[in-house]
Amino acid sequence: MDPRLRQMQRRWTDCRNSLFREGILDDMFMELQELQDERNPDFIVETVALFFTNSENLIRDLYSELAQQNVGFRRVDARIHQLKGSSSSIGAKRVTNACIAFRDFCRARNLTECLRCLQQLKEELLLVKSKLETLFELENQLVAAGGSIPRVQRSF
Amino acid sequence: MVCEMEKDPIEDMDIEVLPSMWPEDIRDDAGKQFNIEKPGGDEDMLKDVTIPGEHKILDFKRLLELTNYTDQGASQLAYLVKHWEYRQANAVRLLKEELDILSRQRQEVELKKLEILEEHRFEEERYGGDKRPISILDDAYDIWQDVPRRKSDVVIQNKRVEIDAEYDTVIYWKQRAMHLEKLLEASIHREQALMEKLQESINNMEKQSSPVEELSQILKRADNFLHFILQNAPVVIGHQDKDLKYRFIYNPYPTLHEEDVIGKTDIDIFTGAGVKESQEFKREVLEKGLPAKREITFDTELFGAKTFLIHVAPVFSKDGETIGINYMGMDVTDQVRIREKMARLREEMAVRNAKETEMNKTMYITEETMRAKQMLATMSHEIRSPLAGVVSMAEILAQTRLDREQRQLLEVMLSSGDLVLQLINDILDLSKVESGVMKLEATKFRPREVVKHVLQTAAASLRKILTLEGHVADDVPIEVIGDVLRIRQILTNLISNAIKFTHEGKVGINLYVVPEPSLEKIEESPEKSKVDQSTSLESKMKGEKSSSVSQASSDQQPVQVKSQNGHFCQNHALHDKTRNMCESEASADRDNEEEDTRETTVWICCDVYDTGIGIPENALPTLFKKYMQVSADHARKYGGTGLGLAICKQLVELMGGRLTVSSREHIGSTFTFVLPYKVSPICDNSDDSDDLAIMANHDSAVDDITDGFFQFQPHTRGSLFSSNGSSRTQKLLSPNVVYTSINKLNRVAEDSYAFPTNNLRVKELASPEDACSTADAAETSAETECSVSPSLHYECEVDVENGKVNPQGTECRSQSSSSNISRLEEEKGQVDKLTISEPPGSCQGLEKSCASSESTSSGIVEGPKPQPKPKILLVEDNKINVMVTQSMMKQLGHNMDVVNDGVEAVRAVQRHTYDLILMDVCMPVMDGLQATRIIRSFEETGNWDAAVRAGIEQVSSDLSCNSHSPTESKERVPIIAMTANALAESADECFANGMDSFVSKPVTFQKLKQCLEQYLM
Repeated sequence: MDPRLRQMQRRWTDCRNSLFREGILDDMFMELQELQDERNPDFIVETVALFFTNSENLIRDLYSELAQQNVGFRRVDARIHQLKGSSSSIGAKRVTNACIAFRDFCRARNLTECLRCLQQLKEELLLVKSKLETLFELENQLVAAGGSIPRVQRSF
Repeated sequence: MVCEMEKDPIEDMDIEVLPSMWPEDIRDDAGKQFNIEKPGGDEDMLKDVTIPGEHKILDFKRLLELTNYTDQGASQLAYLVKHWEYRQANAVRLLKEELDILSRQRQEVELKKLEILEEHRFEEERYGGDKRPISILDDAYDIWQDVPRRKSDVVIQNKRVEIDAEYDTVIYWKQRAMHLEKLLEASIHREQALMEKLQESINNMEKQSSPVEELSQILKRADNFLHFILQNAPVVIGHQDKDLKYRFIYNPYPTLHEEDVIGKTDIDIFTGAGVKESQEFKREVLEKGLPAKREITFDTELFGAKTFLIHVAPVFSKDGETIGINYMGMDVTDQVRIREKMARLREEMAVRNAKETEMNKTMYITEETMRAKQMLATMSHEIRSPLAGVVSMAEILAQTRLDREQRQLLEVMLSSGDLVLQLINDILDLSKVESGVMKLEATKFRPREVVKHVLQTAAASLRKILTLEGHVADDVPIEVIGDVLRIRQILTNLISNAIKFTHEGKVGINLYVVPEPSLEKIEESPEKSKVDQSTSLESKMKGEKSSSVSQASSDQQPVQVKSQNGHFCQNHALHDKTRNMCESEASADRDNEEEDTRETTVWICCDVYDTGIGIPENALPTLFKKYMQVSADHARKYGGTGLGLAICKQLVELMGGRLTVSSREHIGSTFTFVLPYKVSPICDNSDDSDDLAIMANHDSAVDDITDGFFQFQPHTRGSLFSSNGSSRTQKLLSPNVVYTSINKLNRVAEDSYAFPTNNLRVKELASPEDACSTADAAETSAETECSVSPSLHYECEVDVENGKVNPQGTECRSQSSSSNISRLEEEKGQVDKLTISEPPGSCQGLEKSCASSESTSSGIVEGPKPQPKPKILLVEDNKINVMVTQSMMKQLGHNMDVVNDGVEAVRAVQRHTYDLILMDVCMPVMDGLQATRIIRSFEETGNWDAAVRAGIEQVSSDLSCNSHSPTESKERVPIIAMTANALAESADECFANGMDSFVSKPVTFQKLKQCLEQYLM
């Protein structure tokens, strides 16, 4: 195999493994990878893209919700629930965890902690987004160079 | 000089004599002022102050007596006399000194004189001889010479200087003589002046020294002082004799006249609280002879409620006898009030502090406990999901061919797994109740149905020879409002407990109305008339509305039609019997009227009794405690988590009732709980009129409405099942009891609720036309059970056979399969016959429905192959989840419809028939639990009333598939919950709301696959 390709493959694998190692992603993402096949080649990218679009909307909503005079904690809770559900579905573990912490404070009606959590949630989202973008970019390069995405089984 | 000297002794005297008289704190100022200033000044000071006469109540005579007879008085006088004497002595001493000085001066002068004379003589002698003749006296005079010389040094020197001029001349001597004469004159003058002064001083002294005058002046000053001090002081000063009669009183605010007080005792003067106490206190002081202080609270008519600080000092006579007391009282009411208030406040503060500490502690503990509970709940939930996987896999494994040893191992594995699951469920339940998360629901339900279902379920898993029975008293309303799920849970728990500890005899439930939350027990068996009455009512309704019944029958699934027919047969017979017994319809009406007038809350008592091992008395107190079992021995023998009763108790208490137990060892136990239920009056009213059509539609409801007695007789199992070895398999099979109720046949439909997981496959088999093939299958299954474990497929058939087709399923099983078939055929014949007797419309409907059911169920009997394209509905609001699940479904080869909330789900079910619904629990608009309830309600009743009540309008009839498709309306679609967290949407709640299973989120491929395998066969 072309050493360049192999190197690219290794970089992809490293990048992917780091995502799991750092707890940014969990097994659920692996499930998604397994769901992606010839019939459905862009499944992950599509799902993840939908997730981020959705999340960004939710984050925006959460910001405006928490900025209000009388914070509607129920609405906040509902949005966090949404985000928690979707993040756990794509396996964005740290986002899910941030959601859980956030939701607990939301139920305790602790605004300051909620705002902190929101900030954290946003950071987690940005982190997972940038990481996944890197991963997808590597993937694109790899595919463009004629390589295939290695089937990495849980080897980390 | 004398005046000056006089000052000192007076001061001295004051210090010695007066201290006991003056209040200590004012002594310095007032004392000095009083003492230093002349008496006149003293009076000036008081001139402005008018002393009101009436304040002063003095018994002068007595005072005089007192001063004469008491120690104090005597010492006072003695002091005064001593003082006077001292002063006199002092004056004498001073005078003596003065005299001494004067006489010394005179001697001096005389000496001088002599000196002068001698000088003269010396001078004369000098002429004659120079010897000084006076040698003896010289020395003596020398002593005296020194003092005056020093005194009049200047004079002497002057004299010398003057004389120096011409010594020893006549002039000199003359001058000298003159000079001396002058000196002598001056000396005499001085002497005279001194004498005058002395005289003056003596005169002065005489003028001042009258003791009486002085004493009275002192007394006057003291009196003035006392008035000055006391005029506004809130003190009462008094003296009482040894009979405690007032002899002297000083009271700045007198409410009584002097004559009202003097000569009387306290008791004579006023009455009320505290008077006696003060009297006794004074007497005590009088007797002990020691001064004492006490605070006494008075409450008299004279001055109201007041507290006085009283100082009582005994007064002694000169002989040492107590002759009375001095009494001083001060009104300290305000101070006492303040003090008490302070004390109270302090106490309150202490209490509050203690409370606060306690509260903080409790809060901390509660928080910790809550956290721990939350943790436990989360943990439990986390454990449950994988465990459920383990158990279900083991169950599947149990269906495969295994040898005996493997089967036994598997059995242990399953029972352990079940136990752990039960434990976790119990823990979750408990923590839900304790953390207050548990919410009670108010739903309309029928107590009879609940009792029957619980017993049925228990009978289904019964592995003992026991009779299960249920009595529902007639006065129990047909429909009540309460949390049916929890009540069922309690009943199930108690019943399974009773069964566990009962080896022979019976286990049963009694349901009856109690007037108040008391535990009066009514007769165990309901009177026959009740049963008759209820059936007559039923029959009446049927008779009157036969057309609607027949209409209803066409709506039903074939099985139910048949059940209904069977039911009719029974019913008519009973009806006739009732008539013969002259039980008129009027009685039913009367009964209904009684029901109408009943109040909206009814207390229903429920006894769960058994003839089991009973509970030793010493174990009763801990019976409802968590993790408590009667003994370690019991725990080993009977297993269990020790949480069941604790949960029951908590649930009952949560619902506002109470759970009690009475038991006798080796005889049995009775658990009794009383719960309040709301009765919906609309339901009661409509029983015999408007709702008849609807009721007739609910075929199962009709008999449940009034049926008050259920019994599940024990059935002796042959070796057929015991040889099988897998108790679990038996459990999965249908009830191994004979079911002998008045309305035998129609019960069958109810079995479907008891075994929801099997229904899907079961119902489609359930047409009479299938009976033959089913019977064939039953034959096969019976054979299979003898040898090896039955496959899932066979189980289904057995279930069908027992639950659906054959109303006496167990008997069928115990008998040979050929008789089974014949029975089935017999049954079928009966059905046909009855069908014929029905109006033509109904018959047609029946045939039609039969045909349709046949068409849908074709091929099922042959094998467990999945249907070509199962229709799946995903109810999920989260787009990402939808996407992922959809993709997984695609991988599994299925397509599915997706809706976003409960309302849409209900609409979707109204339009289409689904084979499986995946339902998110937490959704906007309407959550999964409510949607499931509505769907289940439709399945049970065949109408969408619940949906309409929830605000979902019925879809137009041409769109609606389910509202016009009677065959499908009765199908119970498996609904799988998708839950996200442990407490808010627990699996229990899912089950309780009619869901069949749950998958925890995120939904993984494996979970989904497993679920589809289980429910889409």
